[in-house]
Amino acid sequence: MKVGVIQFPGSNCDRDVYHGIELAGGNPEYIWWSKKDLSYLDAVVIPGGFSYGDYLRAGAIASITPIIDGIKSLAKEEKPVLGICNGAQILAEVGLVPGIFTVNENPKFNCEWVDLNVRTNRTPFTKYFKKNESIKMPVAHAEGRYFIDEQGMDLLNDQDQIVLQFNDKNPNGSLFGITGVCDESGLVCAVMPHPERASEDILGSSDGLNFFKGILK
Amino acid sequence: MIFDVEVKISLKKGMLNPEASTIERALDLLGYKVENTKTIETIKFQIKENDASKVEIEVEDMCQRLLCNPIIHDYEINILNS
Repeated sequence: MKVGVIQFPGSNCDRDVYHGIELAGGNPEYIWWSKKDLSYLDAVVIPGGFSYGDYLRAGAIASITPIIDGIKSLAKEEKPVLGICNGAQILAEVGLVPGIFTVNENPKFNCEWVDLNVRTNRTPFTKYFKKNESIKMPVAHAEGRYFIDEQGMDLLNDQDQIVLQFNDKNPNGSLFGITGVCDESGLVCAVMPHPERASEDILGSSDGLNFFKGILK
Repeated sequence: MIFDVEVKISLKKGMLNPEASTIERALDLLGYKVENTKTIETIKFQIKENDASKVEIEVEDMCQRLLCNPIIHDYEINILNS
């Protein structure tokens, strides 16, 4: 399984994601943002970081780069697309997942381990979890507060598109503690917590490794 | 003709604005009691174009495609012929 790890100027979790994919048994490849044809890939991960300095809004400028067309084509071909942290913000800005991740309720950079509830296991990334299983991964962001209008929220619930929710503590003021959503198909998934930073026991948790295992068939 | 364009981007009514509430609390520390604090981002640029209506359409397009996120933002466009 060839998995693309997308790099923008300012990406900084790319090497960790690359390592996570290798740990899971996949074959990762770095892909620079100017590439358009991704059709030879089996899946892509957009890692975290601060693409384009978070100018305008986190993910806004990356969302209009040439690689986005390639990512959209992969999604159409029903290949898995995972956005982590800044990658999640980019997918929301593109509109591949509904809603937006915006400035935290307490507007500072927040980095901590969080307990999460896996709301759905119908996505490739969460298929190795039980529905409503509690898992542990870290968050690290200043713009992670999930927001969507009421109508959009109803759709998220009806179509089983909520992937991760904070258990108990909601560190950024996200609506209903939502911190991971997917598109209707479940194949495009945007999560603020970092699976790659929880992919080995030595890091404090290996719960995140399932996200990468799930990409590989 | 050169047009001076100004785009003012604000959060939609009812949206949480953590920056504004932090500023409001900080002003309170200095003894200033203020309410309904808002922050508005302004982006300014110039466009060389002969047709004013084309400028309007283009700037509107820029707002929709990049400068704003319609989920959370309202925007106001001001175009002046300089």
